[in-house]
Amino acid sequence: MKQKWNGFLKAGLFLTAVLAALVALGFFWTPYDPSAMSTGPKLDAPSLQHWMGTDQFGRDIFSRVLQGAGATSFIALCTVATGAAGGVAVGALTGYFGGLADEVLMRINDALTAFPSILLALVVISILGPGNKYNVIIALGLVFIPSFARISRTAFAALRDVNYVKSARLMGAGNGRILLVHMLPNTMSVLLPAVTIGFNNAVLAEASMSFLGIGVKPPDASLGYMLSEAQGMLLGAPWYAVSVGITIVLLVFSVGLIGEGLLRRDKGVG
Amino acid sequence: MSGELALSLRHVSSGYREGGIFRRGQTYEVLHDVTFDVRHGEILGLVGESGTGKSTLARTILGMVKPGRGEVIHYTKRPQMIFQDPYSSLNPAYTVGWTLEEPLRIYGKYSREERLRRVRDMLNRVELPEECLSAKPAELSGGQRQRVSIAAALIQRPKFLIADEPVSALDVTIQAQILELLQALRRELDLSFLFISHDLNVIYQLCDRVLVMKSGRIVEQGTVDEIFDHPQEDYTKQLLAAAE
Repeated sequence: MKQKWNGFLKAGLFLTAVLAALVALGFFWTPYDPSAMSTGPKLDAPSLQHWMGTDQFGRDIFSRVLQGAGATSFIALCTVATGAAGGVAVGALTGYFGGLADEVLMRINDALTAFPSILLALVVISILGPGNKYNVIIALGLVFIPSFARISRTAFAALRDVNYVKSARLMGAGNGRILLVHMLPNTMSVLLPAVTIGFNNAVLAEASMSFLGIGVKPPDASLGYMLSEAQGMLLGAPWYAVSVGITIVLLVFSVGLIGEGLLRRDKGVG
Repeated sequence: MSGELALSLRHVSSGYREGGIFRRGQTYEVLHDVTFDVRHGEILGLVGESGTGKSTLARTILGMVKPGRGEVIHYTKRPQMIFQDPYSSLNPAYTVGWTLEEPLRIYGKYSREERLRRVRDMLNRVELPEECLSAKPAELSGGQRQRVSIAAALIQRPKFLIADEPVSALDVTIQAQILELLQALRRELDLSFLFISHDLNVIYQLCDRVLVMKSGRIVEQGTVDEIFDHPQEDYTKQLLAAAE
């Protein structure tokens, strides 16, 4: 019997809920205006007024982190959604129908997987143009398709000849109905952990791209962009890089816990 | 029993082709020149060792495999199949109620009330309590699952069914109950069956006539009494001796 909840899942959901609440709060309210340059102290160390200190323009880093985490989460969520939707579509069709389309699409898939993902994203960005968060989403989303395609292809191929699918076919169900209604829910145990891992990879990929200067551009500020900014002041204002870095770690850690919990639930271990 | 037919096979040969898109496939013929009829209202048994092509025959009849030669003639609409393994024949993601309603959503324009009425009626016929409707397959026993599978196979009101070893995964006591249920359903709903089994005792209890299959050929056919009391072929005698 499968256990519904386990420690990993509970802890992950709790932490993620707290972070999501903070991020949601950041959309509406922040302690200070995140982009207002103040006449107050610049590059000030963390204090009661500024929990994470201030940056080189005297902006409150905590407020900026709240908003940056929002931007990063938004990009990561959209990226995973794009990658998962595209990947599942490709995987479902190739896994279910097989044949020539399967061979062709999977070889293309293999070829794409052979490139380092950041390089691939760079190519797409240079075609679409840098500095726009939607271009980042499209680029990373495309890069994420192959791994989702491979995972879901395996899942769908395994279900193709299962008796309840055969019997749905005998009842006269069309291919679309079989794929979406009869098979898709049974691939979730494989897909959901992949989605959480994908979210984490997307957070890190967005951070790397913004760090390299091909991600979002001001006035948009993602965590990756802030990290690249903080890098220049690592010695003078270490709290800047540290607080942004820890936020990224927390985000990845809490969602990672959910993924681990889902995996363990399916394998039926603690 | 009338002389009407439910199904005819005429000189059917069928098999699989191996190979991919870059290799020329080799064809393995599994069924050779199979000819028989299923009469209206009868349970026709099909016995043979594993690997003789019983399941290929079932798949060919239902159109999952195209016959290489010969023809399969259905005299009834929407033939259904009851599978051996009651664990993989029910979709684990959905409740029993959903599984039973789904065939009616796919085929026929029934109102929701009409669908639910039919689902309840079928649930009664397979002697399951109404609480089962909200249960997932994982919460049911093997026997209960097989009852659900039977109900799902019958809900589109087919007249001909193939049962592929429907009781061989179950305990002996449950086997007897399911066989009784199949007998009762045949009478009430006027069904014809092709009943595949390697278990001669089950065939003897349930069937009217028997086909004996060996290496993809029908080697002997007759009524249960003929086959069990006066087997003609050596292979049939061997099978019977092995079942003693």
